[in-house]
Amino acid sequence: MGGVGGPEKLIVNGKRLDGRKLNEMREMEIKVGVIPNADGSAMVTLGETKVICAVYGPKEVLPRRNLDSEKAFLNCVYGMASFSTSERNRPGPSRRSTEISKVIADALAPAIFMEKYAGLEITVIMEIINANAGTRTAAINAASVALADAGIEMRDLVCSVASGKADGQLMLDLFEPEDNFGEVDMPLAILPNTKQITLLQMDGMLTKAEAKKLIEMSMKACEQIYELQKKALKEKYGSEKESE
Amino acid sequence: MVEKIHIKDKDVIVPGTLLAEGLEYLPSGKAFRDGENIYSSTVGLISVKGRVIKVIPLAGKYAPKRGDVIIAKINGFGKFGWTCEIESPYKIDLNVGEISMNYVDLKNSKLADYFKISDYVFGEILDISESGYISLTAKRMPYRKLVGGNVIKVSPVKIPRIIGKQGSMIKILKDSSNCEILVGQNGLVWIKGNAENEAKVANAIKLIEQESHHSGLTEKVKAMLEGK
Repeated sequence: MGGVGGPEKLIVNGKRLDGRKLNEMREMEIKVGVIPNADGSAMVTLGETKVICAVYGPKEVLPRRNLDSEKAFLNCVYGMASFSTSERNRPGPSRRSTEISKVIADALAPAIFMEKYAGLEITVIMEIINANAGTRTAAINAASVALADAGIEMRDLVCSVASGKADGQLMLDLFEPEDNFGEVDMPLAILPNTKQITLLQMDGMLTKAEAKKLIEMSMKACEQIYELQKKALKEKYGSEKESE
Repeated sequence: MVEKIHIKDKDVIVPGTLLAEGLEYLPSGKAFRDGENIYSSTVGLISVKGRVIKVIPLAGKYAPKRGDVIIAKINGFGKFGWTCEIESPYKIDLNVGEISMNYVDLKNSKLADYFKISDYVFGEILDISESGYISLTAKRMPYRKLVGGNVIKVSPVKIPRIIGKQGSMIKILKDSSNCEILVGQNGLVWIKGNAENEAKVANAIKLIEQESHHSGLTEKVKAMLEGK
C-alpha cells in the first residue's frame, strides 16, 4: 500500500493501466480435471495470475492428532512456486502462506458438509504458478471447483474476488501495480446462493459508504465468477448426459 | 406456497443448484433440503420420478452402504478375523465366522490358512454400526475368496456403465472373452481367464471408463474384443 517507485497515476483518462474499466474484471478461465492423479483438480487463470488446485480425499487422517470425530479435518495448503514472483520466492511454508492457508480453510469450510466426513481428512493443495495480485481469491475459486470435481458434498460453490481503491477510485479485481501502490485491497468470498460472506479481509482505510459500495461491487462480480465455475464443471461432466 | 421445479430429468447440475421449491418435492440421492428448497450437493445427474428428485453423483469416492457387493483386499490380521481395504477411506473387517458356512476351527488351523495379506475377497457389506465399524460377509454363494486372476481399479461412479442396462455390457465382456468377471461396487473389477483375454477385457473396461459418455459404446467395445 502506497509503496515508493510506482507509476505516477493508476488511472489515465478514466481507464486503468491495463485498459480496464473500474468495475471490470480480468479475463478468467477455469479448467477442471487438470491433475489426473488427484481426486479432483482445477486450474484458474485470472489475467496473469495462475493457480492450480488439487483435492485429495476424503481419506484417513494423518497424523492422527488432527482427527476430529465430529467433522472432517480440512487441510488447506496454499503455496507460491519459487518462480511465481518477479524475484525468486523461497519455497516452503512462510508466515504469509500459513496465514492464507488458514483463511482459505475458513472460507471453504462453510460450503462443505463437514459432518458427513466425520473422522476423515480432505486435503486441498493450492499452488500459485504465477502471481499478479488476487492469488488468494483465485485459489478459493479453484479450490471450490476442485472440491466439486472430487465429489465432495457441498452446500454451494464458493466465489471470491478482490477489490480495492487506487487513485481515490473504487475498483474491481486489482492487478499488481494497483495492489502494490493503491490505497485499499479487500478480498471477499461468498456462497452465491445465500450471499453469505465467508472471507472478508481489508488493508488500508475506507469510509463506511465506500466499504458498502465495494462489497456490493464484489458481490456482483462473484455472480459472474459463479457462472464461469458452473460452466467449467458442466463442460467436464455435461457430456455424461447422452448415454444415460 | 409456490411449488416449482427448476430442472428437467437428466440435467447435469453442480453443487448448490436450486432444484425445486416447496415441500411437495422430496430429495433423494445427493440432493438435500434447506428450508423449503431442494438443492444438489454434488456434481450429478438429475432423475425426476413423480415427487422424488434424485441426484446421481458423477464424481466421488465409494461410500459403503449395507448390502453392497464389493471386492476387498486383505491388509491385516486381527484376533478372530482380518481387516480389509476397499478403495474408500473406511476400514472394513471380515470376521472368521463370516468366511464359511462350516465351523472354522482356529484350534487346529491359523487365520493365514484361509486368507493371506493382499488376497482378494468377494463379499457383501453385512452391517455398518453407528460408530463407523463396517463388517463384511463372504459366507453364502457366490461370495468367496478370489483365487488367481487380476484385479483392476475403476472409478466407482462408472460401475453402472461397466455392467450396462440389465447387465448387457458385462454379458458382452464375458461372452466374447471367456473370462470370469466379478464387479465390486467399490470400483474393483476381478478378471480371470487366460492372460491374453484378461488384458483384452482390462483394456475394454478402461475404454468404457474413459468413453462412458459417448454413444455407440457397446459397438465399440464389441469391435475391440472381437477385432483383436
